Amino acid sequence: MRKDPAVARYIMVVDLRRCIGCQTCTAACKQANGTPPGVQWRRVVDIETGTYPDVRRSFVPVSCMHCGDPPCMDVCPTRATFKRDDGLVGIDYELCIGCAYCAVACPYQQRFKVQRATFAYGGGPSPAEAAQFDPARLGVSTKCNFCSDRIDAARGTGRTPGIDPEVTPACVNSCISGALHFGDRDDPQSNVSQLLRENEFFRMHEELGTDPGTYYLVEGRP
Amino acid sequence: MSASMPGSVAPRRQGFWDWRAACNFIFGGAGAGTLVYAAVMSPPSAGPGLLGLALVCCGLLCVWFEIGRPWRALNVFRHARSSWMTREAIVSLPLLGVGLGAAWYGSRWLPWLTAALALAYVYSQARMLQGARGIPAWRHPRVVPLLIATGLAEGAGLGIVAQLLLDPATLPGWAALLLVGLMLIRELAFVAYLGSLGPAEAPTRARAVLVRFGRRLVGLDVAAIIAAAFGTIEPGQAWAVGLAGLVAAFAGGWFKFTLVTRAAYHQGLALSLTPVRGFGTTRPGARPGW
Ligand code: SF4
Ligand code: SF4
Repeated sequence: MRKDPAVARYIMVVDLRRCIGCQTCTAACKQANGTPPGVQWRRVVDIETGTYPDVRRSFVPVSCMHCGDPPCMDVCPTRATFKRDDGLVGIDYELCIGCAYCAVACPYQQRFKVQRATFAYGGGPSPAEAAQFDPARLGVSTKCNFCSDRIDAARGTGRTPGIDPEVTPACVNSCISGALHFGDRDDPQSNVSQLLRENEFFRMHEELGTDPGTYYLVEGRP
Repeated sequence: MSASMPGSVAPRRQGFWDWRAACNFIFGGAGAGTLVYAAVMSPPSAGPGLLGLALVCCGLLCVWFEIGRPWRALNVFRHARSSWMTREAIVSLPLLGVGLGAAWYGSRWLPWLTAALALAYVYSQARMLQGARGIPAWRHPRVVPLLIATGLAEGAGLGIVAQLLLDPATLPGWAALLLVGLMLIRELAFVAYLGSLGPAEAPTRARAVLVRFGRRLVGLDVAAIIAAAFGTIEPGQAWAVGLAGLVAAFAGGWFKFTLVTRAAYHQGLALSLTPVRGFGTTRPGARPGW
């Protein structure tokens, strides 16, 4: 029997053994959400560790972690930042005053604020940029929303976010190496629950008590 | 294991709250301190009270210039349940109202009510900074007593200046002693804050900024204490006490500017475990910039 999606806890699972840092997810996010230059709701950071000659590069996809206990929401003076029952953390652009308190409260640097419209190729927007331009996003806080429109589109259709591409975040669909997974952590049968059962994982800055909704898979422990 | 991270992985300075936000803390804290000082003066002197209210208004105006959607500013009142920014805004209303009443009617108890509200205001500001969990130098709990202590020291300093300029006869001899005491308390609060901001509490660069500033704060406080002592001991040299007050206020403002803009490094990104692709084994994690 299919679990009720209204009581889901959607999470992202990132398999760090698979990510090759190609930034396809970064590009897919920009294409899907029309974010302006300098704003990357999804990006892949390149982390170099070790000492020559024993160095290692790790590619770590990051975006809003959709925290279970989001500091950005607690501090928001307008209640523009909210958490849904399914774990997605969103922003109401009509309420937001652009105080950026959320941006300094987020331990993951996943909030953005642009005051003026800017476009990739000089002064005016390209046709694609013009089609996606949303003045409501100027002067307010923005961030990854886990492609919430797609998640919402799954409701009542029998489709499963994380499994059916039309109702899955764009970055997950685009990943060429199968490093990104999305699904319902509260469903023991879900793809992500299975991955977490079968693999070692960590969550970034877990010690800060944010209950982040992004899990990073690794190959065993040292 | 050493770690270097290209791009913006290591903690970098936040750019969301600039000098305008800093001025809210600078003027708001000093203004609240001045209102407390105005209550402590007996009989109440209107000069420091009005100066305190003007400073609080300046701070709020600065933050209004900072926000991205200023015409929606009234939405700030919507989240009293957990946002210290909302609480600061809420406290500001009775503070300004009662403070004006105190200045207008010259009553004996209204300044004390104003002082209580001013303390609530500076406390809200301090908790607001502490609530920013993405900035390690701000979220440390000792930031709260430090911001209150510096607000009170700045307020005493500015209150003394206002009295000297407007009504020197109302300045009691113990005002300089009060100022020195408050500066010493601020210095202690700063040392306690910095001492507990170890390598696990804040990024290396944030701590370096604060250590550098700490030396300047000591220098300024020592200069102010010497000026206050001179002004008290030497007859007819009250201007030196005023100078001490100005230096105390300047040092506090400079500290808050440093904390809000210069030492405000983000948490940065980190790996709890270093993953492996292909062959090799998982390694311990890395936290660059710490
Ligand atoms: S990652 Fe940052 S923006 Fe996203 S929910 Fe957590 S605190 Fe909020
Ligand atoms: S910028 Fe908007 S979403 Fe962020 S804290 Fe301020 S009002 Fe809330």
